[in-house]
Amino acid sequence: MAKVEQKTVPLNGDNAVALAVKQCDVDVVAAYPITPQTIIVEKFSEYVADGEVDTAFVCVESEHTAMACSITASATGARVFTATASAGLALMHEMLGVASGCRAPIVMSVVNRALSAPINIHCDHSDAMSERDIGWLQIYAENSQEAYDSIIQAFKIAENLDVILPTMVGLDGFVLSHTLENVEVLPDQAVKNFVGTRQVPQVMNHKGDIVPFKLDPANPLTIGPLDLHDYYFEHKRQQEESMRKALEVIKKVHADYAKLSGRSYGNGLVEAYKLDDAEIAVVCIGSTAGTVKTVVDELREKGIKAGLLRLRTFRPLPVEDIVSNLAGKKAVAVMDRACSFGGNGGPLFHEIRHSVYDLADRPQLVNYIYGLGGRDIPPKLINRIYSTLQKIAQTGQVDKPIQFLGLRE
Amino acid sequence: MVRSMSEWKFTSKEFTQIPEKFASGHRACAGCGPAVALRLIMKAARGPIIATNATGCMEVVSTIYPYTSWNIPWIHTAFETAAANAAGIESAIKILRKKGRIKDEHVDVVAFAGDGGTFDIGFQALSGAVERGHDFLYVLYDNEAYMNTGIQRSGGTPHGAWTTTSPAGKVIPGKAEHKKPIADIMVAHEMPYVATANIAYWKDLVVKARKGMEVNGPAFLHTFAPCPRGWRSETGKSVEIARLATETCVFPLWEAEYGEYKLSSPSKVIALKPEKKKPVDVYLKTQGRFRHLFKPENKQVLEDIQSEVDRRWQKLLKACDMA
Repeated sequence: MAKVEQKTVPLNGDNAVALAVKQCDVDVVAAYPITPQTIIVEKFSEYVADGEVDTAFVCVESEHTAMACSITASATGARVFTATASAGLALMHEMLGVASGCRAPIVMSVVNRALSAPINIHCDHSDAMSERDIGWLQIYAENSQEAYDSIIQAFKIAENLDVILPTMVGLDGFVLSHTLENVEVLPDQAVKNFVGTRQVPQVMNHKGDIVPFKLDPANPLTIGPLDLHDYYFEHKRQQEESMRKALEVIKKVHADYAKLSGRSYGNGLVEAYKLDDAEIAVVCIGSTAGTVKTVVDELREKGIKAGLLRLRTFRPLPVEDIVSNLAGKKAVAVMDRACSFGGNGGPLFHEIRHSVYDLADRPQLVNYIYGLGGRDIPPKLINRIYSTLQKIAQTGQVDKPIQFLGLRE
Repeated sequence: MVRSMSEWKFTSKEFTQIPEKFASGHRACAGCGPAVALRLIMKAARGPIIATNATGCMEVVSTIYPYTSWNIPWIHTAFETAAANAAGIESAIKILRKKGRIKDEHVDVVAFAGDGGTFDIGFQALSGAVERGHDFLYVLYDNEAYMNTGIQRSGGTPHGAWTTTSPAGKVIPGKAEHKKPIADIMVAHEMPYVATANIAYWKDLVVKARKGMEVNGPAFLHTFAPCPRGWRSETGKSVEIARLATETCVFPLWEAEYGEYKLSSPSKVIALKPEKKKPVDVYLKTQGRFRHLFKPENKQVLEDIQSEVDRRWQKLLKACDMA
């Protein structure tokens, strides 16, 4: 696969997602509007109204129905996309588990937004983090370019016969969704060739016949049956096995896409920025990484050995990449744009600290909860994190392992 | 239009020879009305068909993995999603056929849900799917309470009935409210086809099911289906009890095509000869769930039930131009 000519188009994150979906020849889109995802649904409706896509667009009456529709359309053999945010994702919660349990490889963009109450339309990751254990792959974009690229990759990952799991692509509400950015766009045909047509695996039905895994009148199959003590556990174990296999698939799809587009994001799972020789490092997710990179550059100019590890893939958790990248660091700060109320730090902190626990030379770790409800995260706050990390690296002492950053208190 | 639909003619013998799509061996209770309804309705299929089920008795009894009673493709996702499921299947079939990835000329889509999944938790999805005009048949199998979870009241439970969440207590004698007129609410959606049916009138039921499949756009079939466990009735009497529901006008049979009501034969007979209309007591006495209503102190409830049945019957006759 050779790199193709691309054109530069000014797009906000939502429009970049809508364009990617249009290019992926999606069969069914069932969606409901919610800020800050609305532009995706609006833009896609325009594509439909103008005859630019060959897609059944189901403009449903709730996110719950959006996900139910998506599951059964997917089970009928269609390639399916939907999009949501915040309360919409929370309303889908029940159906998210059904989607992963029914092995429906739906792709969904989640335009990350705070959860109510109090009601707030701005960015944080509390919506998607609340769905951490629901069986969906989770990929988070740093910028609109990556949101565009990740949607295209997501179809190929989700529908891979070793995976067959639903996949969400997170992009930060307003910070990305509503902000114009120059996005390199692949030609339609190149995307179509890359994603191909959806394939379904062969499975055994109740009569012992091998049939395609879909609702097909010629090959009857019962999907979503009652499944009690004797088989449920095995089915859940299979889901976990597919999650593990997804790690390699994500890397492979990401690498193939890099050849086509010339763009890559670390190894597709994590992106290490000036981390090799770093003594202190920040771990974060999403658009905040862009600001952290600027701060790292400034610190490097001052001779401070600072680095960044951005988690692009949060589910499945790339444990080996986390461990290998953080081994030998003196102090690491994990930034969480979500609060695990009553927990021992934010959700990302749990994962990172747990992953490095077995390292003989594990770094000292601190956790910063930041940016809830869209609270700005300017470079000066990130500088403050690195200052603290320097202090920890020198003294070996952590005064406050869990802190709130940029908060009035 | 419904009127242009083919007239399906068959003898009883021919009907029995139609292969079963809802196979025996499932785990429904003795005397289960909904199981009878599903079997009959599936025999009305005219060609390739995909079914979906809300969570409930019929889903549970027909599919314990790795067994299934469904000789057709079938999917279950959740309790409140029967109509949403149908919408997703129908949308996918349409586009995949357009793209040449499905060869079948036509695939019917049928959604099954009980009264809980229809009157209550699934109503929003149902209303939305009908408003969007998806081409599917929605079958409500109404046994008038949440039977799968152990007989709790729903919006479809009749006034005065005992359930475990509307117990016949010392102060409150069973369910305080009347049954939600769900089929009329569906007619108000200005949808192409709405009908009520009853397992006691099997031919009327299967013809209506076929019509619901044939119609272009959404169709709603409200099927009356007794539950001996929940109704505290004899397992061998489900069909008799169901017939009494229509003979007393507790559950009249009718069709409405684009809002135009028309009585079906079993109820038309009563409309033409009102002396044939039986008092509600005859029906209520067959079921333990109404037993407390026959105590002297609950006389008023019985009278309320009769007067509400009469009021709704008169309203229906007016709608059918037969008042």
